[in-house]
Amino acid sequence: MNLMLSGGSWLWRGLALFAAAVVIFPLLIIIAQWATVGTGEQAIWQHLFETKLDRLAVNTLMLVIGVGTGVVCLGVSLAWLTTLCDFPGRRFFEWALMLPLAIPGYVMAFVFLGIMNFSGPVQTFLRNRFGPELWFPDVQGALGVIIILSLVLYPYVYMLARSAFLNQGRNLIDAGRLLGLSRQQAFFKIVIPVARPAIIAGLALALMETLADFGAVSVFNYDTFTTAIYNAWYGLFNLTVAAQLASLLLLFVGVTLILEKQSRRHARYTQDGANRNKSEFQLTGRFALAACVYCSAILFMAFLLPLAQLTAWMLEAGFAEQDDRFLGFLGHTLGLGTIAGMLAVVVAMLLAFVKRLPGSAFTQRISELSIRLATLGYALPGSVLAVGIMLGFTFLDRNLGTLLYGSVFALVIAYCCRFLAVAYAPIDAGLEQVKPTVIDAARSLGATPGRLLRQIYIPLLRPGLITAFTIVFVDVMKEMPATLIMRPFGWDTLAVRIYSMTAEGQWERAALPAVTLIAIGLVPVYLLIRNARGGRHRG
Amino acid sequence: MYRATNRLFILLLLLITAACSDPASAPENVNESLVGAGVETALQEPVAGAMASQEISGPVIVYSSRQEHLIKPLFDRFTEETGIEVQYQTGEDGPLIARLQAEGKQTFADVLYTVDAGNLWSAAEKGLLAPIRSVVLEKNIPSHLRDPQNRWFGLSVRARTIAYSTERVDPASLSTYEALADEQWRGRLCLRTSRKVYNMSLVATMIERLGKEATQEIVEGWVDNLATRVFSSDALLIEAIAAGQCDVGLVNTYYLGQLQSENPDIPVALFWANQQSSGVHVNISGAGVTQYAKNPLAAQRLLEWLSTEEPQTMFSALNLEYPANPAIEPVDLVASWGEFRQDSLNVEIAGRLQAEAVMLMDRADYR
Repeated sequence: MNLMLSGGSWLWRGLALFAAAVVIFPLLIIIAQWATVGTGEQAIWQHLFETKLDRLAVNTLMLVIGVGTGVVCLGVSLAWLTTLCDFPGRRFFEWALMLPLAIPGYVMAFVFLGIMNFSGPVQTFLRNRFGPELWFPDVQGALGVIIILSLVLYPYVYMLARSAFLNQGRNLIDAGRLLGLSRQQAFFKIVIPVARPAIIAGLALALMETLADFGAVSVFNYDTFTTAIYNAWYGLFNLTVAAQLASLLLLFVGVTLILEKQSRRHARYTQDGANRNKSEFQLTGRFALAACVYCSAILFMAFLLPLAQLTAWMLEAGFAEQDDRFLGFLGHTLGLGTIAGMLAVVVAMLLAFVKRLPGSAFTQRISELSIRLATLGYALPGSVLAVGIMLGFTFLDRNLGTLLYGSVFALVIAYCCRFLAVAYAPIDAGLEQVKPTVIDAARSLGATPGRLLRQIYIPLLRPGLITAFTIVFVDVMKEMPATLIMRPFGWDTLAVRIYSMTAEGQWERAALPAVTLIAIGLVPVYLLIRNARGGRHRG
Repeated sequence: MYRATNRLFILLLLLITAACSDPASAPENVNESLVGAGVETALQEPVAGAMASQEISGPVIVYSSRQEHLIKPLFDRFTEETGIEVQYQTGEDGPLIARLQAEGKQTFADVLYTVDAGNLWSAAEKGLLAPIRSVVLEKNIPSHLRDPQNRWFGLSVRARTIAYSTERVDPASLSTYEALADEQWRGRLCLRTSRKVYNMSLVATMIERLGKEATQEIVEGWVDNLATRVFSSDALLIEAIAAGQCDVGLVNTYYLGQLQSENPDIPVALFWANQQSSGVHVNISGAGVTQYAKNPLAAQRLLEWLSTEEPQTMFSALNLEYPANPAIEPVDLVASWGEFRQDSLNVEIAGRLQAEAVMLMDRADYR
């Protein structure tokens, strides 16, 4: 390694460490709450152990397993159908199936419960038809929550698996088939294992969001670790215990992610990618019909049904009360989403890039660890992370005399803390697939880290970068807890608007901002897919 | 005219005492009552810097967990009436209180407005609210709806009582919250989750009156009587009663009001609980002036104004709640549910015993 190169790489490392430190700081504030364990805290912990900690653990685990299974099954199967197969409507489904991403989980939960519970239209109809003693599955239980969260969160797996499948092309499968594997064997022994980093990355995102979710689970009254965190805070007025519980959640997620990483430490998943074969399995007859029905069913349940309900509410409430401020909400939402999306992508790119710079084992460890920590924030319940961020900024303001808190800057940083994992996953998964030999070659030809980034990584990563931006953009638009507590005066967004209506049970009046949110979410999703599709056909 | 004198006054004061205007040195936070009078006395005897912070100028800043559509109309009216601008930031109780605490002396907030006495109690306990002495508030707001130390004041009343199916329940069989634990309601009771503060407050007042053991027995009785899982909202609960999933439940009255305005024939009615004993359980939405308010006089003025007739009627109209000021009539739909006797325990109990209530409900397996 020549001197210039190592000098350059230190600069990049320093930048990345700084960015990571900013994002990790709020987490440290939350973990630091363990410093205070007074008698009040002890009493609460004892109470938790005696009454419900075991039930919460079981509930949370069930949710994680259920939603994990759900999102992988849905996400992978749909991604496989829309990338490696061809059937009528595929080109529509390939982008439409991402749309559920734009639907906030708690809205979905509320709509589902409203339709499916005892007093809802489905059961009422069945009772009228078949008598009052008719059996109906317990929609309010674990099953209901798992279905809802799977439907809302599968797009993470779908998106990441899709780009992995697209990169694979048909070559590997063809090779496998030539070596005598059946179609199923080829799928399970080649397609899935090669896409594993991407699938795992999507799964990790979905599960972190599941763990952090408060909205959907509270609509169902399903007790999880996160509801216990809020109950300690709002019910027992003890933010310290809430933060302590939250840091346990972090520990759990951190350990799980590290274990997963260990299990595939020696594997390499790079792609040739040069010779992409654009021909897919042409599905015909009943297979094509089945694929079409399956995709339609998922799209219907995860997107059209909630959208239809929201639209009905929107029409019911009318547009009378909307004033000129609505444009302001829209502008804030778009502005914040765009700025935060770009910043998160830049930081995530920086981290992913630095991780792959050559260096001693020690520096590698440091980079790995700081990235790990920097992407944990996503697993924290939003309000808890928001308080950590808020305490961080008020601490700075008090001690350095800055005026950060309540500024747009602080809010954008808060979004980055919360969604860095979301930006990082697709970029990192994309980089996994770049052949190290390409990088080595460039480096041996004297490319500096800056040139590597500009001329190799960014062009190769374009789909990953766009995916990252899209998800962060949509997530920021939906984001509620951090926006509520960090937004500058008067900077209400659509999500804040939705929250303030639903908090008082005024679902009809929440519908217009919710539908608008979904409509805005459509744009980047559509562009993303068009871009990916263009890439494939160019290949 | 009023504002012109204000400006002149400020200018004068600024000229005289530009250097020693440290708002933190204001003599405690017990402000003299009646803002108008305060200004006049200040004009006559300018006691230098300290008074500058008590002058009404600039906006009142409110941190509110009450939602925008319920407060904005009120604040707009206040500005029209007084010329004092109101800026507000809405959010959830817990984070807003944490924010107020983190900001300390630097806080922007002059007023904290929440939807539950427990939160006001918790903010007051943390030293975030300043006591104020106000003849207007003491006259308009009954003593059980405000802090004994005058750090917060109830502004609207939310009553939680029994809702029953008019098709399957004879109201004569209903009496008290406690009696819903009786055998006759086995499999017929619906409850909202214990995670909702309304239920925490109710159980807190029961602990205060009946003691822990008796309360625990009652709550366990409720849980045994449940017809189905607990609900996540009062509206879903009322719809469940209407649909026949259960026969009785506990609800805040305005949720039934909302459903009745959509469907006047909904077969659910309210029964005023505990009329022979403790009275109907009430909670409040209310507000207090923050400890480090930059504009405490304007803040107090806002609270005082909110306790008067027009805004009190608006509370009732906007969210079908009851006015906290007993002299003001609620809107017709609310009045149609009849008069009732309120529980006269001070609502601060809801805060003081909330943690105990939460733990008790956990032990009773009320989820």
